[in-house]
Amino acid sequence: MNAFKWRANIGGALHDQKIGILLSSPRIDQPRQQESAMPFGNTHNTLKMKFSASEEYPDLSKHNNHMAKVLTPALYERLRSKETPSGFTLDDVIQTGVDNPGHPYIMTVGIVAGDEETYEVFKELLDPVIEDRHGGYKPTDKHKTDLNPANLKGGDDLDPKYVLSSRVRTGRSIRGFCLPPHCSRGERRAVEKMSVEALDSLSGDLKGKYYALKNMTDAEQQQLIDDHFLFDKPVSPLLLASGMARDWPDGRGIWHNDTKTFLVWVNEEDHLRVISMQNGGNMKEVFNRFCTGLTKIETLFKEKGTEFMWNEHLGYVLTCPSNLGTGLRAGVHVKIPNMSKHPKFEEVLKRLRLQKRGTGGVDTAAVGGTFDISNADRLGFSEVELVQMVVDGVKLLVEMEKKLEKGQGIDDLIPAQK
Amino acid sequence: MPFGNTHNNFKLNFKADEEYPDLAKHNNHMAKALTKDIYAKLRDKQTPSGYTLDDVIQTGVDNPGHPFIMTVGCVAGDEETYEVFKDLLDPIISDRHGGYKPTDKHKTDLNFENLKGGDDLDPNYVLSSRVRTGRSIKGYTLPPHNSRGERRAVERLSVEALNTLDGEFKGKYYPLNKMTDAEQEQLINDHFLFDKPVSPLLLAAGMARDWPDARGIWHNEAKSFLVWVNEEDHLRVISMEKGGNMKEVFRRFCVGLNRIEETFKKHNHGFMWNEHLGYVLTCPSNLGTGLRGGVHVKLPKLSTHPKFEEIMTRLRVQKRGTGGVDTASVGGVFDISNADRLGSSEVEQVQLVVDGVKLMVEMEKKLEKGEAIDSMIPAQK
Repeated sequence: MNAFKWRANIGGALHDQKIGILLSSPRIDQPRQQESAMPFGNTHNTLKMKFSASEEYPDLSKHNNHMAKVLTPALYERLRSKETPSGFTLDDVIQTGVDNPGHPYIMTVGIVAGDEETYEVFKELLDPVIEDRHGGYKPTDKHKTDLNPANLKGGDDLDPKYVLSSRVRTGRSIRGFCLPPHCSRGERRAVEKMSVEALDSLSGDLKGKYYALKNMTDAEQQQLIDDHFLFDKPVSPLLLASGMARDWPDGRGIWHNDTKTFLVWVNEEDHLRVISMQNGGNMKEVFNRFCTGLTKIETLFKEKGTEFMWNEHLGYVLTCPSNLGTGLRAGVHVKIPNMSKHPKFEEVLKRLRLQKRGTGGVDTAAVGGTFDISNADRLGFSEVELVQMVVDGVKLLVEMEKKLEKGQGIDDLIPAQK
Repeated sequence: MPFGNTHNNFKLNFKADEEYPDLAKHNNHMAKALTKDIYAKLRDKQTPSGYTLDDVIQTGVDNPGHPFIMTVGCVAGDEETYEVFKDLLDPIISDRHGGYKPTDKHKTDLNFENLKGGDDLDPNYVLSSRVRTGRSIKGYTLPPHNSRGERRAVERLSVEALNTLDGEFKGKYYPLNKMTDAEQEQLINDHFLFDKPVSPLLLAAGMARDWPDARGIWHNEAKSFLVWVNEEDHLRVISMEKGGNMKEVFRRFCVGLNRIEETFKKHNHGFMWNEHLGYVLTCPSNLGTGLRGGVHVKLPKLSTHPKFEEIMTRLRVQKRGTGGVDTASVGGVFDISNADRLGSSEVEQVQLVVDGVKLMVEMEKKLEKGEAIDSMIPAQK
């Protein structure tokens, strides 16, 4: 028989608890449990402890992602008995990385957070992954936020013959709720409810409407597809393996303003994804709207007594460690058929601190020489700094494309490492 | 004594209403049975290994319905799931298994000599014959829920047992994660290789986690008897061959299965079985015998006949495409197998297939000659 006293090793901010014999049914009408109240051990995790760490350690021999680089058997052993206050465990954190050994276009993270505390309880694993992913960002570093669009220089003159569209997105998580890999239906619906309340009070050019995925009419759906707004049930195995598609489409929806330039995704890969976009190359305007809208939303949330997950080390806390910091991806769809075939293309992108994707999203290929070019960094740089890199970098890439069209060399244009 | 399951307890901060899934667009067995009251009643429970109601139903929530088949929409995470969540599972079992009651007893009959006929299905129509079942190893959690350590232990025990087989059953194990390209190619050509599940029914239940760790295929040298380890169940045991000699397929199936069970018992690992549910498997649709005996058969005319579905219902058989459980048929070739699993024995179920397919081939031949088949339509079995 198990011992009557159980020292639950929860890690992080909690202290050891002594738990008596378990009652047969928990009390349902309690207010939300405080951290000092008694979390129970996570039953299935406890059962796994009967197997040795090496019997449970995943086979990562064919893997090439950030998690696989960092998770040694010793580290696995140290962390496997831990859980966050909501019961997220090490195996939950790494499942997507175990199930997806590598990706042809992108070095994946292989880890997700189930709640804010994941980053603390499993810091021994997450800190090295964050450091590796975010250019050497140390556990003691501080992140800066700058959402003042006036600080952006230029960005209103990218050539629309090449730059087809411009877009800035970020994510936000609502403190006190579990994240998409782990949240229950009740939590997800609560996040939806709060978000819609806040968004419904936006006014002026931000005034808009919410379209819940599960109540959408065919006509609404077609319109949203035509506008390139609709997000679909995830098909990427990276997302599916982490449990983010559970209960689809419950609690998911899209809000956008009447002019269709500002939209918010609710409960896709993060609680909120905030997006500003328009055709053409006026990134300055896109960023202006982005900052104004985002700041208004944050204010509305604070007025209701909720806030976003944020701390001075990690900045904004999101589901994927790759999106920490600003959570910002600013990018363009740009026609660079010549440049993209140039042997130095990858090198140029790297020096400009930019990243390429296909026009269908994170794990797609480019079509017809049109690429999605965006900032590679998220953490350790401010929002303004990142958008500046995109603006400057894309301007240069377009100049290079024009030179190559004329059959000229571009070697003298190759930039230094930013 | 199990502790509370932390995340499940956390969810109890929300009311049952707030957590109850939206099943408005759903058409599966789970959605038919799971009322708000049952949800409220069962949601704070868990099995000793920590499997909860939301775990049981997740696949049914995520997959509202299927074009070809009325899906179950729940899975078991361990043997105790069927007990702890019986308020939900008993009605589903009854609905799915023809009114099977919580007090009914299931009979097992793996004596192949009790099968009549089955050695003369016309190979011009019946391209291949196959019998499969599943088995779960007592004391381990099931594929939706098991950890890597557990899965590897199941693999180890299974391979040990299979390696003791001899005579016509002597064979070899091919773990998925160590397969060479040549071995893989050969297994594909033999139609043996199972791949990482792509069916959203299976993926949503968590059965593909850690793929391909501890999954593998064992087969005999004659390539007529094979065992899948850790796919949708701990073990899937399969006997198959080209042509229509279902009698021989069933003989080999029974003999091989009995040998395997003996070996497992010797090693003190029985299979999950009880006298009410028979063999306990991951999907409630496979309880009882867990047996699917079927053929790939050419029925281009019969399959377009208006009474095709009715005939199958009366014969207690089921159609599938030749690619597996949720595929469409190609070129008029159908996979026809027994519809029942629970409440009738292995011999009875294979008998239904043998008799039913024989009749369907006769009907096909009639239709080819432009003759009617109305006089042949059977009574409900």
